[in-house]
Order: sequence, then C-alpha cells, then structure tokens
Amino acid sequence: MSELDEKKKIDRTKVNLTEEVVIHISEMNKWFGSFHVLRDINLEVRRGERIVVCGPSGSGKSTLIRCINRLEEHQKGKIIVDGTELTTDLKNIDKIRSEVGMVFQHFNLFPHLTTLENCTLAPVWVRETPKLEAEEIAMEMLEKVKIPEQAHKFPGQLSGGQQQRVAIARSLCMKPRIMLFDEVTSALDPEMIKEVLDTMIQLAEEGMTMICVTHEMGFARQVADRVIFMDDGQIVEQNEPESFFNDPKSDRTKLFLSQILGH
Amino acid sequence: MSNIAFVRKKEIAPSPPPITEVGIIGWIKQNLFSGWWNSFLTLFCLYFLFMLAAEFFPWAWGGHWHTKSLRECLDLDPNVACFSVLTARWKQLLFGLYPAEEYWRPTLTFFLLILSIIPILFPRFIRFFWFSLIYPGLALWLLWGGSFWSVAIVYIGMSLGVASYFLLNQRLIKSSPMALLLALFLTVIFFLFISDGMADLLGDLVPLSLPFVESLKFGGFTLSLIVGVTGIVASFPIGILLALGRQSKNLPLVKMICVGFIEFIRGVPLITLLFVASVLLNYFLPPGTNFDIVLRVIIMVTLFSAAYMAEVIRGGLAGVTIGQHEASASLGLTYWQSQRLIIMPQALKISIPGIVNTFIGLFKDTTLVSIISLRDPVGLASTIRADAKWNGIYWELYIAIGLMFFIFCFGMSKYSQYLEKKLKTDN
Repeated sequence: MSELDEKKKIDRTKVNLTEEVVIHISEMNKWFGSFHVLRDINLEVRRGERIVVCGPSGSGKSTLIRCINRLEEHQKGKIIVDGTELTTDLKNIDKIRSEVGMVFQHFNLFPHLTTLENCTLAPVWVRETPKLEAEEIAMEMLEKVKIPEQAHKFPGQLSGGQQQRVAIARSLCMKPRIMLFDEVTSALDPEMIKEVLDTMIQLAEEGMTMICVTHEMGFARQVADRVIFMDDGQIVEQNEPESFFNDPKSDRTKLFLSQILGH
Repeated sequence: MSNIAFVRKKEIAPSPPPITEVGIIGWIKQNLFSGWWNSFLTLFCLYFLFMLAAEFFPWAWGGHWHTKSLRECLDLDPNVACFSVLTARWKQLLFGLYPAEEYWRPTLTFFLLILSIIPILFPRFIRFFWFSLIYPGLALWLLWGGSFWSVAIVYIGMSLGVASYFLLNQRLIKSSPMALLLALFLTVIFFLFISDGMADLLGDLVPLSLPFVESLKFGGFTLSLIVGVTGIVASFPIGILLALGRQSKNLPLVKMICVGFIEFIRGVPLITLLFVASVLLNYFLPPGTNFDIVLRVIIMVTLFSAAYMAEVIRGGLAGVTIGQHEASASLGLTYWQSQRLIIMPQALKISIPGIVNTFIGLFKDTTLVSIISLRDPVGLASTIRADAKWNGIYWELYIAIGLMFFIFCFGMSKYSQYLEKKLKTDN
C-alpha cells in the first residue's frame, strides 16, 4: 500500500471529466425490514468520474452501490442511471444492468463455463452480438487484463487474482458506461491485490466512470476524483482525496482514518 | 554451543520405494492385510464369497433349458436350475400379450429408443437431436398402431404453431407475449377444427397404418420401458418447474401451489395413486370416456416422481451461491436466461446423483402396476406360475427379471458417474 502511496497520481490530462451527470441519486432511503440502512443519500456522479467509497463495515457502502444496479431495491427517493429511472419495471432494470458493470468481492465467475465463455455469455444473450465477434471482444478484454492465455481454462483452475481480473474482463465485454467495484480486493492474498489494482488503475486512466467500495487507501489517493466516507447509512464526508486524507473535517472520519492508516 | 548452520553440497538421488510397498504386493498389503482385524475380515469375506459361488455355480451352470415343464426338470435332476421356463416364456416376459406377428414393432421401437437417446446423452451427436424429437410420436404409432397421420398431424400442428410464433414475432408484432398468445390461439384453432379432417384426408391419399393394439395387451419389459422411459422424460422438466416454483419469492400463489402439490404427492404411497388411476378416476370422468389405462398410469408415475425430482433439484438450487444469481443479474440477463444458462446447469450438476437415484427408483416402481392387473414382468411371473406346467417355479424367473432390471439401472448409474466426471471443471 505504501508503495502505491509513493507512486504519482494517475495522469488525468487524458481524461475529459465532463459535466454530464450519469448517476443521480436524491433523497434515497433503504430499509432491511425495519433496519434503516441508507438514510437520505444524495449523490451525483459525472461521466468519467472516479469515486472511492469507504467507511467501517456495516456502514451501507456495499448496499449503496448495489442499489445503483438494483441488486438491492430502495424504498424511498430516486435513482436515475444514464437517464433511466430505476423503478419496478423489469425492462428498465435489465437495460440499466447491461450498461452498468459490477465486480464482486468473491469474483462470482460462472464455474461451469470457461474464461472465454464467461466473457462472451452476456454479450451473446443480452446484446445479441454474433458469437465470433463476442469472442474477439472477449480476447481483447482478456488481453487488457493480461490473461489471454487462460481463455480456455475454467475459473476453478485460476488463482484468486486471475479470477478477479477475468471478472473485470467479463464486465468490460458488455462495454459498460459505468463500473461498480464492491470490495474487489478483500478476498485476495496480498501479492494478488496489486495485479487487480493495476488493472483498475489502467481502467481509470482510460476514463471509465467508476465507483469503488474499497479499503485500499493508497488506491484511493492515486485514482479517486472524490472520496466518500460513509457511516451509519449516511454520507458523512466527501472531498477530493488530497483534502480528505490530509485534512478530514468530521470526527468520525478522523477516527476511521486513524484506525485504518494508523498501523 | 553447536553450530546449526548447514548447507547441502550433494543432492540425494531419488530411489525406488521398497518392493513391499508398491505394485500388487503393496496394494494387497495396504488394503487387505494392513492389520490383524483387516486380515480377519478379508479371510472371512473370501470364505463367504467362496461358499456362495460353490452353491450358485453348479446350480446355474448345469441348469436345464429345454424341458417341457418343471416336473420334467425335477425328474432329470432336482438340484439344478430349470431355465426352461425362460426358453418357453421369454416372449411373454418381453412383450406380454402383444400379438406375436407384431413383435417386430416393440423390438424396432426399442432399438430406435437407443438411437434417440444417444444425442441427449452425448453432446457430440447433438446434430441428430431432431430424431429425439420425432421419436415419441414414432414410438406411439409403432406401439399402438392405427393411422400414421393421426400422430403426424400432432407434429404438423405443433410445427405450425411454432412457425407462426416466429413469423409473428419477427415480422408483424413487436411484443413477444402477444405473438405467443396469437400463435397459441392459431394452434388451438387448428387442433379443434382442422386437424381431424386433415388427418382423414391424408389417410385417404396416402394410406399408412398399422393394426391397432389395445393397451391391455401390453406387458412385460415393453410395458416397464414404456412407463419408465416416458415417466423419466416427462418428470424431469416438471420437476424443474416445480423446484423453481417452490423457490419463487415474488409469486406466493405459484409457490403455494407447488409446495402443496409436492407435499401431497410425496405424502401418498404410489400404489394409492395407481389405484386412483385405475379405479377411482372412472367415477370422475364422464361415462363412456375411454381414457387409456397405460396413459393414466404414466401420468401418475410421472407426477409421483416429478415431486421427488423437484425436491432433489431444490437441493441443487440451494447449492448455487447467491453470488451466481447476482453476477448473472448484474450482466443484464433476464430471469429465464439466468436460470437456463447459469443457475440450472450448476444446480443440475450438483443434483446428478439424486436425479439418477429418482430415475432408477421410478423405473423399478413400474413393477407396482401389477397391483392394478397390468402385466409387467413381476405380474407375469405370477401368471406364468398359474400355468400347471410351471407351478412352483420362483428362482429362475425372478433372477431373469432382476437381471433385466439390473442391466438398465446399472447402465443409468454408470452414465451418471461418467457425466459427473465429465462435468467436473475444478481441480
């Protein structure tokens, strides 16, 4: 992590951060039964923006990004993704999901399909891309995450880091406009974390709109345009990484940062 | 203080393990005589097997095959088997009371059955799957006879329905549920008003028919296979749907119906259901309706094993992690796409042993139809014994019947092991 800290911040000149808002969340509330997990969330994400969400466990960060592609349903407020509002309409939900890629903590690759088939499945069935074309795109993406040689292996034969990179490639094959990363390095061995973070940094440099829930503060410093700190289902503080880490405003943020960076 | 630092200068060359630990001797030592208790068990089992073989082989080997009756066998040598009953009655055991001059029909159906399941069992032959699709109709016609066109018309009607769905879906109407409804409507119209006349017309133009054989003439292994295979094929998809229904979170009514059905069917003995099929159903149907007895039995057996199948598959579904559902949803797959492409392949793979278990159970349960006086092999054994010539014969008949069932069930079991091995994708 300290190694990442020392690295220069990524080159932002290539990225044109536009004013276009792609995710618009207003007054969003969510309950699990009677437990109020997300409270009055307001958040606007611009195209090309990279956001890191951090906070103690149980603070609702994962739930927040899972609401964006409706793996969780919100009960109050509005979420508009890429111009489409998330309602109970299944057509809208499937459309948004095909535009929003998601990478999970436990990879969730399809174990009965090869790496290549994992990558081509959704383009073929959801986008109705011809199979050969889908395979070309898949190989391109596997090369991007630097494991084209594993294309014909099954997920069970790959290391954790490789699996996670395949999972990223699988999402990229849908040519998503937004990527959600849900603690993607938390289940990995230390030496594999770097290869996955490198892939994510590369994506950030290419201008992908990203929302990352992560505990990798080095990554946040290096990549994020904005860091959001959540606690008790609320957004407590958000700022540019520089100010967020060097000059946190709220006591809760200070406490969290001292705990996570203190060792 | 001694010096603990050490650096190896010379590699130790690999050497073969001791002769008593490898090869046949090693295996015997490890597995049969690893301790005094194990050695005792080995010797005891060997003795037991020897005693069994010493009794059985002389009895079976010297058996009579060509006597006219059990009496004759006993007169020749009472201590050996009398397989003559099989020589005399094997046709009956295979075909029941099926007319002798039509034996070629069930035989042909059986060989076509083997051909038709090959594309399903081995994906490499999937291009012949069309044959598996037309086989059921072909078998129906071959076994029961009648006009070829009365069966073919069903296929024609269904093809028309499917064709009109695709045509409507692509050319005329944008929304697919509407196209589905319209296609269904057209198909119903076809079967209600057109199919009968068309079948008659085709029958007049190209007369192609076999002598009709009524269901009560069916028997023996032909009957077991008809009921067993149809039950297996039909109960599998029904079981899948029931399992999905039971898992459903958004459709409480569907879930309730599925749970109710599964629990009711599982809670009732199969024999009860068969009695319902053979006796009670007649009270509920309008008088004069001829609802084929074999069909009724097949429906009951199918429903019975579908309920078990549903629970087996539910077990498999529970073995697929929530992450798989989320991953496929996050890629934009619809519910049915994700069930078909992601969830079911994994759930079914987990449930292979249970599914095959249910299949084998169903196949053997077909012998229960002898209770409602259909002539399956076990029922025929009693019929044969009722003949004065073979009165008192047990072992030879039941060994032969058991062997036939064993071949089929063992085949299924072997295939399931092959499938499990083939589908293993992790190290």
